[in-house]
Amino acid sequence: MQQLLYAIFTMVAGVIGCAIYFFGSNFILDMIFPSNGGDAAKAGRNIRRANMIRPWLFLGPALIALVLYLVYPVFDSIRLSFSDRTGTHFVGLSNYIWMFGDAQFRESILNNLMWLLVVPAAATFFGLLIAVLTDRIWWGNIAKSLIFMPMAISFVGAAVIWKFVYDYRDAATAQIGILNAIVVWFGGEPHAWITIPFWNNFFLMAILVWIQTGFAMVILSAALRGIPEETIEAAVIDGANGFQIFFKIMVPQIWGTIAVVWTTITILVLKVFDVVLAMTNGQWQSQVLANLMFDWMFRGGGDFGRGAAIAIVIMVLVIPIMIWNIRNARKEMEGH
Amino acid sequence: MTGTKNSPLMWVVHLSVLLIVVLWTLPTAGLLISSLRDKNQLASSGWWTALSTSTQNVVFRAPGPEAQVETDGKFVIAGNVLGNRGGQVSAWGTTPTKPSEFQPGQSSTLREGSTLTVQSDGAFEIVSPTKLEGNRGQRIAFVASIPPRFTLDNYREVLSAQGIGSSFINSLTVAIPSTVIPILVAAFAAYALAWMKFPGRALIIAMVVGLLVVPLQMSLIPLLKIYNGVGEIFGVPSKTYLGIWLAHTGFGLPLAIYLLRNYMAGLPREIMESARVDGATDFEIFLKIVLPLSFPALASFAIFQFLWTWNDLLVAMVFLGAGNEELVLTGRLVNLLGSRGGNWEILTASAFITIVVPLLVFFTLQRFLVRGLLAGSVKGG
Repeated sequence: MQQLLYAIFTMVAGVIGCAIYFFGSNFILDMIFPSNGGDAAKAGRNIRRANMIRPWLFLGPALIALVLYLVYPVFDSIRLSFSDRTGTHFVGLSNYIWMFGDAQFRESILNNLMWLLVVPAAATFFGLLIAVLTDRIWWGNIAKSLIFMPMAISFVGAAVIWKFVYDYRDAATAQIGILNAIVVWFGGEPHAWITIPFWNNFFLMAILVWIQTGFAMVILSAALRGIPEETIEAAVIDGANGFQIFFKIMVPQIWGTIAVVWTTITILVLKVFDVVLAMTNGQWQSQVLANLMFDWMFRGGGDFGRGAAIAIVIMVLVIPIMIWNIRNARKEMEGH
Repeated sequence: MTGTKNSPLMWVVHLSVLLIVVLWTLPTAGLLISSLRDKNQLASSGWWTALSTSTQNVVFRAPGPEAQVETDGKFVIAGNVLGNRGGQVSAWGTTPTKPSEFQPGQSSTLREGSTLTVQSDGAFEIVSPTKLEGNRGQRIAFVASIPPRFTLDNYREVLSAQGIGSSFINSLTVAIPSTVIPILVAAFAAYALAWMKFPGRALIIAMVVGLLVVPLQMSLIPLLKIYNGVGEIFGVPSKTYLGIWLAHTGFGLPLAIYLLRNYMAGLPREIMESARVDGATDFEIFLKIVLPLSFPALASFAIFQFLWTWNDLLVAMVFLGAGNEELVLTGRLVNLLGSRGGNWEILTASAFITIVVPLLVFFTLQRFLVRGLLAGSVKGG
């Protein structure tokens, strides 16, 4: 309870601090370069000078935080990946050489590639399907709201929910996990799903698909609504059936949005950590890069060199999407 | 759009959507229902049978000899194997391996001439001609059909004994400032990037867009080193709330700046210009015009950031530590998954407490959440 008070106090102090910073720095700037008094030429020059400095006052705190928490760490991680476990001695490529020879790393890369193939595709597919279907029924919004709900649940909470779904009991006793109960009901054998190598990856992926489908659905649904009515009416008049309208008219029109959804989920998948940690912690051949990296950060007092090298691999995988995003943003800015 | 109201195709659509909705909500529903069930019932039958009477094999240990009462020259220990749960005993035995040895009402002869009788309502009686000795009570195994029972006991248990209560406070402590601070910092930056002209603006916007996707993993080790260094130099602990607030601020800023800039750039230019003609400074324009107009975008980001910091596990594990005192809810839940992996009454109740706050936020503020998602992903003004 005390810490909550501490939190509230810090928050208030932070708000006041920010106000003082922004208000004070602007005030001082106006003092140094007064825009009134004196001759007109001088006032004009002062305004120009103040306007050159002011943006940096506004941007200052954000830039400092961005550089300290995101930009500098990227470069430091690159340096650390060439260093030993404490991060002090240069060891050349040995972390990378170790990495590519390490069975666990290869397992993680393979698993990550599977995740990358399955999760964005499945989530986008289900999202699009649900967006199209719910658009046509009167209780569509309620359905959407319920499917969107897992978005709010933490990965760890989702892991508990699904671990309960996958729960395994001996065949002689009643199953309390619904998946095994269904399997038994159809006359099958119950299995401890998350301990079956290779296939367990798909049971973990299902969790992320469950969470991300809502996201895909919301965005794709908005994009579908943005398609001009006339286009679809014209297609109907021309005698196109439902499937043709969907694949030949709607999908091409929202192609850009599908790409955005796909890449956003791809990035999330690359960083997936909580689900694997909570479900298997990488056992039974379900390791992924982010969890492996976390493992090396703390294993045996922490190996910063190897941890950083794994982080670099994740970063390299993200870079193409990053460049694509920046290009798109640029294009759009020019459009304005 | 296609198909009329009652065509067979429409029925297919209704049914498929219903199926998907059931598929998507069932796991959560199972968790919620299970967390409210009696823990013995939870462990022995599926949650979908929660409303029906369940048959359970239970082992009960009768009170020890200290509970015996002397009546009519005999020594008696009496009680009820079902406690106060109600139900029916259909068979019983004296060892857990043979729970169906005797019928209700039958008697079994124990050591030294004592007899044990169990009735179908659960009442049992151990009668001995001599004084009972030893220090442990008799074990009674029985098969019982027990009516459904819902209880808040699981919640009581996890809130007090399992430390979920204190973790809840920890999570709040982390999440609230981590939501407020980045908004303050980002709003000013977003205004500068949207409405001020200065060299390097396009470059900074590109940088923000690029940083949107930088994996958190890149930052962890360097920041951990900085925090440890700062801790050593100033002789303060390296894992503090201030540290994690700032970390969440740093990680949340790219999205905050991006969302707010997009929104602010879409505000009508005329308002800004007429205010400037009236002699308002940038600072005044920002505070009195842009900030109030940007409320929807601010709310969207606040919801995102709150959900993200509340649900976060990684940043909390690295920058706040995994000690018992400072565990946030997600960290506590991971620990419970390890230590109490089979105790579903504890896991389900803990998990529900963990997700109830985000769910409340989600259902009350869904409008803003959707708007924020659209602004962040679909390109727009």
